[in-house]
Amino acid sequence: MAPQKLVVIGTGMASGRLLEHLFEIAPGAYEVTLFNAEPRGCYNRIMLSPVLSGEKSFQEIVTHDEAWYEDHGVTCRFGERVTAVDRDRKVVVGEKGEVAYDKLVIATGSAPFIIPVPGKDLKGVVAYRDLEDTNAMIEAAGNPGSRAVVIGGGLLGLEAAAGLRLRGMEVTVLHLMGHLMERQLDASAGHLLKQDLERRGIEVMLQASTQEITGTGKVEAVKLADGTELKADIVVMAVGIRPETTVAKAAGLEVGRGMVVNAQMESVSDPDIYGLGECVEFDGAVFGLVAPLYDQAKVLAKTLAGEADAFTVRQLSTKLKVTGCDLFSAGDFNDGEGRQDIVFRDPARGVYKRLVIENDRLIGAVFYGDTADSNWFFGLIQTGEDISANRDTLIFGPAYQGGASVDPLAAVAALPDEAEICGCNGVCKGQIVTAIENGASDLAAVRAVTKASGSCGTCTGLVEQVLAVTLGDEFSMPAEQPMCGCTDLTHEDVRRLIKGQELKSMPAVWQAGAWKTPDGCHSCRPALNFYLLADWPVEYKDDPQSRFINERKHANIQKDGTFSVMPRMWGGITTPDELRAIADAADKYKVPTVKVTGGQRIDLLGIKGEDLPAIWADLNAAGMVSGHAYSKGLRTVKTCVGTDHCRFGTQDSTGLGIKLEKALWGSWTPHKVKLAVSGCPRNCAEATCKDVGVICVDSGYQIGVGGAAGMDLKETERLADAKTEEEAIELAIAFIQLYRENARYLDRPYKWLGKVGLPWVKARVVDDLAERRRLVDAFLLSQTIYQKDPWAEHVREQAERYAPIADITLEAAE
Amino acid sequence: MTNIEWLDLGLLSDIPFRGARKVKTPQGCVAVFRTADDAVFAVSDSCPHKAGPLSEGIVHGNKVTCPLHNWVFSLETGEAQGADDGQIPTYPTRVEDDRVFLDVTLLRRRDVA
Repeated sequence: MAPQKLVVIGTGMASGRLLEHLFEIAPGAYEVTLFNAEPRGCYNRIMLSPVLSGEKSFQEIVTHDEAWYEDHGVTCRFGERVTAVDRDRKVVVGEKGEVAYDKLVIATGSAPFIIPVPGKDLKGVVAYRDLEDTNAMIEAAGNPGSRAVVIGGGLLGLEAAAGLRLRGMEVTVLHLMGHLMERQLDASAGHLLKQDLERRGIEVMLQASTQEITGTGKVEAVKLADGTELKADIVVMAVGIRPETTVAKAAGLEVGRGMVVNAQMESVSDPDIYGLGECVEFDGAVFGLVAPLYDQAKVLAKTLAGEADAFTVRQLSTKLKVTGCDLFSAGDFNDGEGRQDIVFRDPARGVYKRLVIENDRLIGAVFYGDTADSNWFFGLIQTGEDISANRDTLIFGPAYQGGASVDPLAAVAALPDEAEICGCNGVCKGQIVTAIENGASDLAAVRAVTKASGSCGTCTGLVEQVLAVTLGDEFSMPAEQPMCGCTDLTHEDVRRLIKGQELKSMPAVWQAGAWKTPDGCHSCRPALNFYLLADWPVEYKDDPQSRFINERKHANIQKDGTFSVMPRMWGGITTPDELRAIADAADKYKVPTVKVTGGQRIDLLGIKGEDLPAIWADLNAAGMVSGHAYSKGLRTVKTCVGTDHCRFGTQDSTGLGIKLEKALWGSWTPHKVKLAVSGCPRNCAEATCKDVGVICVDSGYQIGVGGAAGMDLKETERLADAKTEEEAIELAIAFIQLYRENARYLDRPYKWLGKVGLPWVKARVVDDLAERRRLVDAFLLSQTIYQKDPWAEHVREQAERYAPIADITLEAAE
Repeated sequence: MTNIEWLDLGLLSDIPFRGARKVKTPQGCVAVFRTADDAVFAVSDSCPHKAGPLSEGIVHGNKVTCPLHNWVFSLETGEAQGADDGQIPTYPTRVEDDRVFLDVTLLRRRDVA
C-alpha cells in the first residue's frame, strides 16, 4: 500500500516523540512533512535552562538532527509559518507553498503570556520559550554589572532567574502572588524557597504588580504599582503560557482553551486532523508538563498506525531542583473538608514536609529541603492504599515503617547525656538531668538554673519531656495554654521566638514554631500580625487579611453588618466647621444614629459598607482623620478644660492631651489603649481608670498606668511623677512601647502588669534612662510607618474593594 | 443539557489574598473567596447564626471564620465546623486565564413566593 501523506505542524518535544514512535511501530506507512516556525528541528526545550546558565551548549540539547530526518524521509519546512489549512481540499498552506495531507497533526505548542502593560514591546523584553529568547538573555548577561528583572515566580521564571544569576547578573524576581510557585507549593514551602533564592543573591519581591516597563528604544526600568522602580537591562516575562491555537482556529476546528481532542487525540471536528501537546484540550484540561505530552505522543502514534489506545490524564508530580533547592509536590494539597494534614518541620535544616490525607489515603504531598523519599510517597498517592496502620510514622518515610509506634518520651529517654537539647544556650540533656536531680522540679526552675529553653523557646517541649522522664510521676506537664490549636507554643514562647530568631514573616514563624496548619487560624493570625509589626516595623509588612474585620475596614462592624464611622477629635476639642461637616455627612449618607461617645467624640452609626470610602473622603476633606475607634491601638485621649477655663485647673490638661494624642495616634497595641488627662485631682477626665492617666498637680504631672473600666474595674497605679510636659509624654510613650514589645495579644495593660509586675516596668521605663530612650526611639520609628490616616489611604488605594465585585440584582429586575 | 450561565467577575487579583468580595444577587449577597492557594469558592455571604457577613471574615485554609461570633465554615461544603451546627449554600466557580467566573444560573432567579 502506498504511504499516506502525514503533515505535522510544530517540532516541539511531543511531535519529536510522536515521530519516533510512529516510525518504530509503522515504518513506511507515512510520508511525513514537518513544519516549524522556528528555523530548526526538535530540541529538548526543558534543557534551555542549562543552556542559559552555561552548563550545556545548544548542540547538546538537540534531540533530532538533520541526518535523522533524512534517514526517515521527513521533508523539513523549518523557518516557515503555516498560514492556513484548507480542510475541503486537504492541504496545508505554508508561506512557501501548499502541501497536501491525508492526516494532519497540529502540535503548535504554547505561546508565552505577555502581560498587557505599557512598554511590553520594547527591545530587551523577552519571554522564555525558545532559543532566541535564551540567546537574548545570554547576550544581556555579557555586559558587566547588568541587571535583570524576571516577571513571574513560577517554575520557568525561577529557572530563568537562576540562570541569569549564574551568569553574574543582578536579578530581581517579581511575583504577583503571595508566595513563589503557588501552583506547586504551599505558603510554607514557598517561603523556604524564597529564603534559599535570596541566599543565592536573587532578590524576590512578592505581591509585586508590574505597572509599566519604561525606556527609550530599549528597556531601562520596570515600574511597580506601588511606585517602586527597578533598573533593568533585560526583562524576562515568565508569567505563564497558553495553548497556541491560531492554526487550529483558522482551520475552523473546535477550540476551547486549547484545540479540543478525544482520547485518540483526534480533533472533535475533523477525523483526519489530530492535536498533540500543549496546544490541545482534553476533557477540560490543558497540559504543560512533559510527561502527559509523551503519553499523548504514544497514543497518537498508535492511532495513526491503526492500533487502539486511549489517552488518560495521570496523577502528576513535580520534582524540581531550582538552583539546588530541593522541592517536590504531588497530588492535591489544598486544604479541604475531611482532609487532614500531617506537617513536619525541622527549622534548623530548613526542612518542611506536608502530607494531605483523606479517608485514610494519602492524596497530596509537598516537601521542601528533603525530597529523598518522595518517590515512595508519590507511589502511595498513585495506589491510594490505606495508610491508617502506619499513619503515626508515615511522614518519616519508608525507613520507619513496620516497627513499633514511636513514643516521644521513649525517644527522649533514649537520648545520651551529651545530646543537645537547647541549641541557643548549648545545654545538653545531662546538664538538665543534673539540675533536676539537684531540685529543679519544673520548667521555670530548669530554665533559671541551666538557661535551657530560655531564648527562642522551641525546645520547651523537649525540656519538659526530660523533666517527665527524670521525675516520673512526680512531674505533671504544665497546663500552660498554647496560643491556639495550630501550635504547642504559648503566646510568650512565640514572642520570644520572633525576637530571638529574628523572624520577620508569618511563614517564618509557622516554620520555626512548627505550626500544624498550613496558614494558621482566625485566632493566631491577628496575634502574629501584631507581634511581627510591633517587633519589626520596618521589615514586616502589615497583612490586612490577618486582621479582624474592624481593623481591616477601619470601621466597627455592628450587629446588622453595617458600620460605624468616628473621626478623631484631638483631646475632645472640635470646631463649628468640623461639626458642620459631620452633620452634612450624617445627612448625605442617611446616618440613622449620631451618638456622643464616652471618649469625647461623635459616632456615626449604621453606615453601609460600600458607602465607607465616600463618607471618609468627605470627612477627610473637612480635615478630619480616622479615630481608630475600632482598633487594638490608641483610641482616645480624654481631657478636661484645665487652666484654659477652669478655676481649679493646675496645668494645660487639654493641651497635653492633644499633644499625647498627636504623638500616639495610629500606633497598634496588643489591645485598645485609652488615655485621659485631668487638670487637677478632682479628675473630671476620669484619668484614674485609663490605661495611661495623667493627673495634673501644681508641681507637675502624676502618671498612672494600668487602669480599666471594662469587664474589670481597676484604678491606675502610679508609674512616676514628671516635672515637665515633655517628660510626661516621654514616660507615656516608653510605657506604651514596653507594653507593645512584651504583652500578649489581647491583654490590656492592667492584665500585662499583673503578670510582669509594676516594679519590672518601672525599672525599664523610669529608672533606666537609656532604656527609656530606646523605647521612645523604637516607638517613633514605628510611627514613621504606621502613623497614617487609613481613611485617606483606603480612599486613594482600594476604594473599589468596598463595592460588590458584581451586582446582578439590577439586571434581574428588568 | 442544562445551560449554565457563567458570570465573569473579573481578575483573580481583584479578590484579596485570603479574602473575599461580594456579589449582589436577587437571592442575597454571595461571598467569593480566594484562599492562600488561589483556590476560589463562592458561598452565601450570610452566617446562619446571626447573619454576619462572611465575606469580612478571616480566611484560613479552605475555611472562613464569621466576624461576628467566630463560627467557622468550610468553603467547600458550606458546613459549620466544630461544635456549631449549620450550613450555608455553596455555588460553583471556575478560574480561567486568571479570570474568575461564578455560576449564576440559580442566583438570577427571584423567588416567587
